[in-house]
Amino acid sequence: MKRLLKGGRVVDPANGIDGVHDVLVDGDRIAAVGRDLPADGATVIEMPAGLVVCPGFIDLHVHLREPGQEHKETVATGTASAVAGGFTAVACMPNTSPVNDNANVTAYILGKAAEANLARVYPIGAVSRGSKGELLADIAELRQAGCVAITDDGHPVATALLMRRAMEYAGMFGMPVVEHCEDPSLKGDAVAHEGYQAAALGLRGMPGMCEALGVERGILLSELTGAHFHVAHMSARASLRAVRKGKETGVRVTCEVAPHHFTLTDEALASPIPYDTNTKMNPPLRETADRDAMLAGLADGSVDAIATDHAPHHYDEKNVEFDRAPFGIVGLETAVPLSLDRLVHAGLIRLPRLVELLSVNPARILRVPGGTLAPGAPADITILAPDLKVRIEAAALRSRSKNTPFDGWELRGGVAATIVGGRTLFVNAAVEGLRGI
Amino acid sequence: MSAPARTPDQRRTDAAPAVTALRRKDLLGIADLSTEEIALILDTAEAMREIGDRPIKKVPALRGKTVVNLFFEPSTRTRTSFEIAEKRLSADTLNIAVATSSVVKGETLADTALNLEAMRPDMIVLRHSSSGACHLLSRICRSAIINAGDGMHEHPTQALLDAFTIREHKKRLAGLKVAIVGDLLHSRVLRSNIHLLTKMGSDVWVCGPPTLIPADIARFGVRATSHVDEAVAGADVIMLLRVQLERMEGAFFPSLREYFSVFGMTEARLRLAKPDVMIMHPGPMNRGVEIASEVADGPYSVILEQVANGVAVRMAVLYLLAGGVEHEAAA
Amino acid sequence: MPVVMDADRIGRTLTRIAHEIVERNRGVDDVALVGVRTRGVPLARRIARSLREITGQDVPTGALDITLYRDDLMRQSVGPQPVVRRTEIPFSIDDKTILLVDDVLYTGRTTRAALDALIDYGRPRGIQLIVLVDRGHRELPIKADYVGKNLPTSLEESVQVYLQESDGRDEVVLQPAPGGAA
Repeated sequence: MKRLLKGGRVVDPANGIDGVHDVLVDGDRIAAVGRDLPADGATVIEMPAGLVVCPGFIDLHVHLREPGQEHKETVATGTASAVAGGFTAVACMPNTSPVNDNANVTAYILGKAAEANLARVYPIGAVSRGSKGELLADIAELRQAGCVAITDDGHPVATALLMRRAMEYAGMFGMPVVEHCEDPSLKGDAVAHEGYQAAALGLRGMPGMCEALGVERGILLSELTGAHFHVAHMSARASLRAVRKGKETGVRVTCEVAPHHFTLTDEALASPIPYDTNTKMNPPLRETADRDAMLAGLADGSVDAIATDHAPHHYDEKNVEFDRAPFGIVGLETAVPLSLDRLVHAGLIRLPRLVELLSVNPARILRVPGGTLAPGAPADITILAPDLKVRIEAAALRSRSKNTPFDGWELRGGVAATIVGGRTLFVNAAVEGLRGI
Repeated sequence: MSAPARTPDQRRTDAAPAVTALRRKDLLGIADLSTEEIALILDTAEAMREIGDRPIKKVPALRGKTVVNLFFEPSTRTRTSFEIAEKRLSADTLNIAVATSSVVKGETLADTALNLEAMRPDMIVLRHSSSGACHLLSRICRSAIINAGDGMHEHPTQALLDAFTIREHKKRLAGLKVAIVGDLLHSRVLRSNIHLLTKMGSDVWVCGPPTLIPADIARFGVRATSHVDEAVAGADVIMLLRVQLERMEGAFFPSLREYFSVFGMTEARLRLAKPDVMIMHPGPMNRGVEIASEVADGPYSVILEQVANGVAVRMAVLYLLAGGVEHEAAA
Repeated sequence: MPVVMDADRIGRTLTRIAHEIVERNRGVDDVALVGVRTRGVPLARRIARSLREITGQDVPTGALDITLYRDDLMRQSVGPQPVVRRTEIPFSIDDKTILLVDDVLYTGRTTRAALDALIDYGRPRGIQLIVLVDRGHRELPIKADYVGKNLPTSLEESVQVYLQESDGRDEVVLQPAPGGAA
């Protein structure tokens, strides 16, 4: 069945397109992109003014919590949250119960994803068995089963030796090693960023250098092995400095930043709600200079991708003392409004760059199809409403968990519709004129 | 005819005070208090202290009010002090000592609070090992919450009784040089005292090994140094903070012996301060670690006075927070 | 606003009360004055001075803060507690005749609170009440032993006592009901 999305602004930087174009979708593929395309039997959908048609967004870093922690989220609820957030695909982390360190768990996850049939799911497998940091997991088997990368996310790979081996081994398949960068001895039992706010609130802090140490290690080992090293949820300016230098010297390093790290600072721990556990995550919200460095990196190209680190936790788990609460917040449904409001409308980046950060580069990093609207590409499309007034309502999130610090925020910009493989899986009721899309 | 202008920390006469009420539900920290509110608490404490000298040490002010002392950390001194204060005001007191262990997964603080709420206590005095526990309780409970020490965050009544003690001797807080020496990083007493003393115009110096000085300490309006002689020179008040054995294990300093030799308050170091210097300690003391025994028991020490003043200060806080108003919980 | 008692009148009244005290108690042995804060305190001190002139004896004088004994404490619908001040009674009240001194006697509740407070201090032989103005409208069975002036008032009116020590002048003023002439 054919559909013609007519007259919308198409932003497809992979193909050098930014302007009013028509997009012809045939079945699960893009058939053509051009001006004044003939309808030729397709259902014509006039794109309402102001909407932007992009290749589908891909979230590199999501915790779907299944198997084992279904009270927080399932693959079904997580992928529903993803499409509501404008994401056509997500890469999910292996720190489930049991850990995704073998083909069975990978198959289970993919089975659930097929059942839900919403956003595409690309599992990321564990580096080590049980993520314990002792023995390598069966990486080839994971690859075979469908994993696109490996990580021991939740914590760093335990030793430099193991990291080296993982890089060499995964390098066989060109799989990136994704790293939660941190020095555990420096982190200790810290729960916040080491700085004035933590000192005033009486919370144990970890300095930005704690993350940067892990970044530096990974970059040096990447230089040694030639493997692709990807920095997960980067937050500190010292980390960005290391990444820039690594790139300059030709090391295969990429990095992602989460929306909360380019929006909030550690001041959020004190106000408006002191000790709000929805401001507790790892890496933590850092001081203004770090947040501003992330913004600069997003603007100047040294940051490759925006990824949410969507980490659902049940209300009861977060409704405890700050130091006892688990780290993490949900992010799938707040990423696009925050990115449009704080990056595009703030004048820091333009839409083509945003599409690179959310679609082109994630596809390239994970080596999966997507990031493009070229003819023959999968019909994964994210339609944005950049001027839509959006109010974040935690209670209305489709995620099973509602742990977000952005409840009540009013932002400019949202998702109009999400199409995966030609199927429209989400339409924003607040946007007019999209019926029948 | 109006009262002559006075700085907030000078002792009141019969003239009307600038602020006559604590318009708040809880006392969670000194950081939230204005200088006028601090002065009000100290002035009220003065009136309360006299009650301890009477033959019948009781007034009916809080008659019929239920106050729960909810202590998640063991404490004889603070809990007893609060209990005496509550009883002197004729309140009904209830002591709950919760044994905590990170291994034992008992009832969450939120559930404990909800269960307590059902019994409608008027006030809850909370001591807990997590910073921010009082804020969590305050969001859940309608009762007035008094922070008796939360993790490393604040211990407001300690700072208030410290200020009361200083004011007794020096008649003011503004312009005094106060040196605070010890484990600054982990101390809630430090934070509360820094807030209070800087608000009231003291010149605050904090001193300890660099490993135990909190990040960005200058932003708190204090001078920080690792040279104890510099901190103590010309000081009007020296406060010693407890240094715990466990800190050695965190590699904060190599040994208690070394700590004492570099930072311990000895009679020799004392002589660098003003001749009428006050030696203070929130207790319990580690003799021979942060303070030499001769100094703890010497003529400059007001450590026992601090304890005595604690009851009066806590009576003032209880009285000023208790009102006829039903408070709605925020969440 | 009508001045009910001027400085002169107040002075003569206090002297007259002092004489009455001496007469009723046959001297001032084992007599002590306790002023109820705030204005009862300077009044007590003035009476002590008069008694000294009359008898040559120093009558012990103390100050009593009754805030914590008020029956309306913690019952107010709006916030703050009244301010508490120090009580200073630097002598034993056991077996003495305590002369309680206050500026205005109205409902009698302040006096009740003062009696409760005094009893917590000891066991006096007796307590007598001195007031500068009795304006009527008792809500409790309380009676003054020595009255400076009986002043019938309506419930809408209020009586304000100003004293040199706290207000810079000696005057008792009747504040009229709103809308009505004095």
